[in-house]
Amino acid sequence: MPILEVSEISKSFSDGYAVESVSLTAERGEIVCLLGPSGCGKTTLLRLIAGLEEPDRGSITFDGRALNGLLPRERGFGLMFQDLALFPHMDVTGNVSFGLRMQHIEKAGIRKRVDELLEMVDLAGYGHRKVHELSGGERQRVALARSLAPEPKLLMFDEPFGSLDRGLRESLQTEVRAILKTIGMTSIYVTHDRDEAFAIADSLVVMDEGSVVQAGTARKLFAAPVSELVARSLGLKNVMPGTVTITGAETTVTSRIGTLVAGDAGPRPAVTGSNVLVLVDERQIVVRHSSSSDLAAGLDVGVALNGVVEGLQFHGGESDLIIRIGEGRLTCLVRPGDFTTAISAGDSVDVVVPSHAVRLVPREG
Amino acid sequence: MAARRLLILGPLVYLAVFFLYPLGAILARSLDADPFIGFGPFTSLLGDSYYLGRIWFTIWQATVSTMLTVAVGLPVAYLFARHEFPGKTLLKAISTVPFIMPTIVVAMGFLALFGSQGIVNTTLMDLFGLDKPPVRITNTLLIIFLAHAFYNYSIVVRIVSTFWANLNPRLEESAAMLGAGRFETFRNVTLPLLLPAIVSSAVLAFAFAFTSFGVVLVLGGPQFATLEVATYELTAKLFRLELAGALAIIQLVFTYAFLLVYTRFQANAAVRVDLVPREATSRSKRRASQTVYLVVIVLGLVIVLSPLLALFERAFTSGGHYSLDHFKNLFSNDTGSYFYLSPIAIIWNSMRFAFATMVISLVLGTIVAYFLARPRSRGSGVLDALFMMPLGVSAVIMGFGFLMAFNRPPLDLRASWIILIIAHSLIAYPFVIRSVLPALRGMPVQLREAAAVLGASPFKTFLHIDLPILARALLVGATFAFAVSMGEFGASLLLVRPEFTTMPVAIFRLLGQPGEANLGQALAMSSILMVIVAMGFLAIERFRYKDMGGF
Repeated sequence: MPILEVSEISKSFSDGYAVESVSLTAERGEIVCLLGPSGCGKTTLLRLIAGLEEPDRGSITFDGRALNGLLPRERGFGLMFQDLALFPHMDVTGNVSFGLRMQHIEKAGIRKRVDELLEMVDLAGYGHRKVHELSGGERQRVALARSLAPEPKLLMFDEPFGSLDRGLRESLQTEVRAILKTIGMTSIYVTHDRDEAFAIADSLVVMDEGSVVQAGTARKLFAAPVSELVARSLGLKNVMPGTVTITGAETTVTSRIGTLVAGDAGPRPAVTGSNVLVLVDERQIVVRHSSSSDLAAGLDVGVALNGVVEGLQFHGGESDLIIRIGEGRLTCLVRPGDFTTAISAGDSVDVVVPSHAVRLVPREG
Repeated sequence: MAARRLLILGPLVYLAVFFLYPLGAILARSLDADPFIGFGPFTSLLGDSYYLGRIWFTIWQATVSTMLTVAVGLPVAYLFARHEFPGKTLLKAISTVPFIMPTIVVAMGFLALFGSQGIVNTTLMDLFGLDKPPVRITNTLLIIFLAHAFYNYSIVVRIVSTFWANLNPRLEESAAMLGAGRFETFRNVTLPLLLPAIVSSAVLAFAFAFTSFGVVLVLGGPQFATLEVATYELTAKLFRLELAGALAIIQLVFTYAFLLVYTRFQANAAVRVDLVPREATSRSKRRASQTVYLVVIVLGLVIVLSPLLALFERAFTSGGHYSLDHFKNLFSNDTGSYFYLSPIAIIWNSMRFAFATMVISLVLGTIVAYFLARPRSRGSGVLDALFMMPLGVSAVIMGFGFLMAFNRPPLDLRASWIILIIAHSLIAYPFVIRSVLPALRGMPVQLREAAAVLGASPFKTFLHIDLPILARALLVGATFAFAVSMGEFGASLLLVRPEFTTMPVAIFRLLGQPGEANLGQALAMSSILMVIVAMGFLAIERFRYKDMGGF
């Protein structure tokens, strides 16, 4: 039985930002991540749940209680904003204790709780620091402690680590997840960064243009993304629509880059002519210079295609080779030793797509 | 280059001769009367319960006026900062109208509204068949407070709403998420963050109420003399110049103390607070129903414009019906006064003095602004403060200082109209500096360098590069200077010769004579003055330099 149920909620603004008939649920203690490009309605959804906006249609219930019409403070939720919004005229203690003071808790209790929280976020002894004296990471911790202080029943995060550099962001993500899991906090976490989503979330909700496109665990979404957008927001590089042809034991699929042979992985469409999403694992594609003679050697079972190199993106050890084939593009992961001669844009290459690199996901329409 | 730097000597000499020297003359006068003790006038002032009472009264009336001003200004600032509604730009423009109106016009507007012959009273008398005016607030403190609030609330609106609009709304939302109610959020988060802006606008409003002259003189009557009015009376009626000097010095000490506080808070306001670009705050602006906004807008317009509209209505009303009698009467010299001037001559006086003031202020203000805008200019902070000093000196003190300083050769200017223009320009040129300086600082240096590389002479560069870019800012400054001169009252009253009577002085003189006809003529003259000033500002509202200055 989910503790948070958002059903068919809609909200539109005159300036175009909108949420259209969105439903989602969260279990007690679960961390749900809203993933999607900026402007897709994630933040608006968060604000609707928080009570900072009222929905045009739809309902939100929490723990069996309908929330429509309740003020933010009557909901007992917490929200950490993207810009944190720490109170600049108060010190760290003033910020963290704000929610407790609003509950008129006696002073000794507040002091004890603030000390506990600062301990928890690793800022013991920072109570009298001014907000503007803190580093970026320290501010995030103060904001987290402030949000946790009144013991919210649900804690929401609106891309709170967006402004930090990668290393700090990653360590904070791990830390935040550990804290949330320790205290069993039900949370909703908004981000456009899939790595952040994977690091923090128990389950993902992919949004686009104000609607939920797909929801589920990361594993489930990887196994069967319902659309090109979902696949791409999960970080899959080669996604394209295709049409299936079944001849005996062999399943082939026609796509922008040509006809491929599908492997055994994933659900199999039963009939010829059904539309599928074709996913090609970029790590298992073999690429050779067209002039090179070693192509035939060690060839997998698969389809050989011919293409032209468009570009090379260097990522440290490996590179993404972007190859134009037919009507489409294929991204292939290549390692430094893969080529005997240097490869560059405009080169003609042979590409072998082995059947175990190809997965088909059924789609409607 | 060096030669052009020397241009600053012009304004410096002007300031020294026409500002610092008269101040020195006041100080000398206040000490001279008793060469042995040196502080005679001060001791007699501070030992006199009447003048101690004037000091006390000036402080507390300014305090009450300021509190009322802030109380009126804050809700309006909130409306402009946090709400989006149709007609907002227009309402914002109209809400600043009272501040740009000459004090004498505002005072006349309040007479037209609340005076015994005012609209409120005549309407109530007609409605209920009364034979006495029911609302009797002229010559009371109440009308002074109301007029000060009406005149100054737009300072609060301007300063606080700009600040408020840029205040991150997430701060308030965070407070709400942490369990704070609307009142608690306002008290614990919004108010503390707005405080620097509120205080600095309140200090300005206080300084204006503290040195208020026209409003107090016209609406308050003799029993409510502020320091400014007392200084005027000592000078013009009692001829106790040494006492006037001492009183002026006391007032100056107060005003500069306020301005010091103001600058402090302005500096503080810039550092601490979490400000975000305005676009970021606009999305969460609250929306209320159209009816609510319509009511607010109409109500706001009525309140803001009622004294000015009342002034108009009364000017065209004679003997209970609409007529042009009051305007016609301006042309007749009923009392056969030797000093009579036709309204045409008076308007002509005001206009030509205002034009001359505008030209002088533009030249002075632009030179100073160029000097202050130079990158890495050493001591520009000190010079900035020095050149803004005339703003802190009240008009009566300025006039009084001129009387003390320029009463003997080689600088005996008392008989000349030049003395008026000099006084007006000293009050007006700081406005030019304040409007030109931001535009100048925002002008990329590369533009001038590019022009120079392309072979333009310094003069041609100024003509073809600087001037077009500065045009709008110059226009704004020019209009301010023009309006300041048109409305200037305190200094003119002390300095003007009958043949050079300006419109505000003429209005005051008409008001000083008994009878409904004279009041009518004063109303007629005030409405003409109002129209001339309003037209000037209507013109710049179209060319306004974006979010200019701090006035």
